Amino acid sequence: MSIEKTQPTLHLGVGDKLRLWWDALARPAQWGIGVPFIVLIALLPVLRPPVITTVGTDFGSVLAQFGMYALLAIGLNVVVGQTGLLDLGYVGFYAIGAYTVGLLTSPDSPWNLTDDWLSRDWAWLFAVPIAIGITAISGLILGTPTLRLRGDYLAIVTLGFGEIVRLLADNLSDITGGGRGLSQIAYPVVGESADKPNGVFSAGNTSAPLNSGTWWFWLSIVLIIIVLLIVGNLERSRVGRAWVAIREDEDAAEIMGVPTFKFKLWAFLIGASIGGLSGALYAGQVQFVVPTTFNVINSMLFLCAVVLGGQGNKLGVILGAFIIVYLPNFFLGRTELFGIPINGDDIANYKYLFFGLALVVLMIFRPQGLFPARQKLLTYGRGIYVATRQAALAAANAVTPAAVAPATSGTTTSDADAPLTKDAPLKKKADDTEGDA
Amino acid sequence: MPLLELKDLTVAYDRIEAVRGISLTVDDGELVTLIGANGAGKTTTMRAISGIRPVARGSVWFDGRDITRMKAHERVSAGIVQAPEGRGVFPGMTVVENLEMGSYARTFKTKSEHDATVERVFDLFPRLLERRTQVGGTLSGGEQQMLAIGRALMARPRLLLLDEPSMGLAPLVIQQIFRIITEINKEGTTILLVEQNAQQALSRSDRAYILETGEVTTSGRGKDLLADPAVKQAYLGVA
Repeated sequence: MSIEKTQPTLHLGVGDKLRLWWDALARPAQWGIGVPFIVLIALLPVLRPPVITTVGTDFGSVLAQFGMYALLAIGLNVVVGQTGLLDLGYVGFYAIGAYTVGLLTSPDSPWNLTDDWLSRDWAWLFAVPIAIGITAISGLILGTPTLRLRGDYLAIVTLGFGEIVRLLADNLSDITGGGRGLSQIAYPVVGESADKPNGVFSAGNTSAPLNSGTWWFWLSIVLIIIVLLIVGNLERSRVGRAWVAIREDEDAAEIMGVPTFKFKLWAFLIGASIGGLSGALYAGQVQFVVPTTFNVINSMLFLCAVVLGGQGNKLGVILGAFIIVYLPNFFLGRTELFGIPINGDDIANYKYLFFGLALVVLMIFRPQGLFPARQKLLTYGRGIYVATRQAALAAANAVTPAAVAPATSGTTTSDADAPLTKDAPLKKKADDTEGDA
Repeated sequence: MPLLELKDLTVAYDRIEAVRGISLTVDDGELVTLIGANGAGKTTTMRAISGIRPVARGSVWFDGRDITRMKAHERVSAGIVQAPEGRGVFPGMTVVENLEMGSYARTFKTKSEHDATVERVFDLFPRLLERRTQVGGTLSGGEQQMLAIGRALMARPRLLLLDEPSMGLAPLVIQQIFRIITEINKEGTTILLVEQNAQQALSRSDRAYILETGEVTTSGRGKDLLADPAVKQAYLGVA
């Protein structure tokens, strides 16, 4: 078995080691670790641990914003990280999602449905699927003509799209309220009580720790998990294989029989819908939308989250979103850190400078992002992990009875050598190749 | 009825016609070569056949059907599979993943058919088996070429288009690649080959077309062309 020699035992980064450890766990063990971890994250705004808890802004609201940015990062990651289409106007979809909810439920809007037949209690829930649908359609409208363009051209056109959406919101004053925006947007009315007359999701619920921010954070965690499951399944399907092929080499993908235009459009549409969902959440949480929230700089910030976290890695980009949202808020209002006096407000105000610097440094030393993607084997994705895990277990068992050890360990390796299960889960040089931006 | 027929095909880049009214046929089971100097229009012809490049005038027929307007990815499903010039392997995918992409449009009905095809590719290119967990971008030029051909074979093509498989390779590797091409052809896959390496290509092909500035100037049996004094002078460096 000279082939075994090629099995890479290269130095792995922390991320790779973590991933290998995770992949080697059985499904129940993964649940056993994953669920408490998510619960712990969800309990952060309740526990409010010292130092970590933000001082300038309410911790719950910061985490709620993180939840929305995480959704945006996951959606943008489908477009940029998975399919390799540089979208600089992603904020446009966020805006369309938020404005759809606003237009349907704000009393300032001419299309407000809540003063006649729609109960304000349910209006938000009613508007969310519509917002997702409309953003998806807008993704289709933007994508159909522009996805024939490539690289820089696509980036420029999408940049224009983001600005157009904002300018429309700013200038169609009769509909969108122009610069004044739309106020009193509906939110889910749940859990009314004496001290929370409008329910737990109302912006009026300010009694920490279980204030509205915490509740929106919890809602966004649920949505993130759902979206992750959907996107994860797509990535493992033929659609995901097509996306990766397009990112790697569009012409080669077409020559392999991948309908590239169709799948690029799908990526755009799915990315847009997730952005729209996040926008709908935002509109519900703050109950107020204005055009300035959807500045083009936000597109860059979302992109920054994706690139920082690691393009193509769903969990990495969530971490990227956390950094983008949390770090400025960590410093905001802070006057000392571990006894050292600092001017946190200044640091927070220069966040774009620091993120810019961080990106430059990252591009030099770790262009693939903090937690880069490792591609899974395409066709037999999970099957391979199961196979290699079984082989590893068998090998481990074979070592114990010393007498038969050499013979059995020999056979177990060749069992693992059945066609296509040969590929070990650790991919050599993954770090070197995933970084192409 | 030929498997592939180009009728008076013209392909243009804006107003420049790279291919001007060429006609050629490839019969089932043949190994046909297109040779010509740089800029003769060989790769453009290939791109028109695989559908990457739109046709300005004329038509492309495959298996009795007019496929001039058919999209590139649909042609793959129909059985025209190309190993592109410059190899075009997916740089971030491993060898095995690259091979799996080959069968994207023409999926395997059974697992055993899949395994047999993979095994066949590894038989032809044992080097790929050694490198199977390595990503495409880190392979050598010759290995990438092998991978590009192997990947095309995963689609079990009816017509295999090979665009300059010898480009940039060492003489020994070129020999090896051509031997394998002949072997694939003997097993029944029709091949249209574009080459600059006239000696190797002509001696191994059934028929050949010589392309000069976008037009077919000579055609005939490969061995006859090898003996042709004009061809010798132009392409084989023999005075």
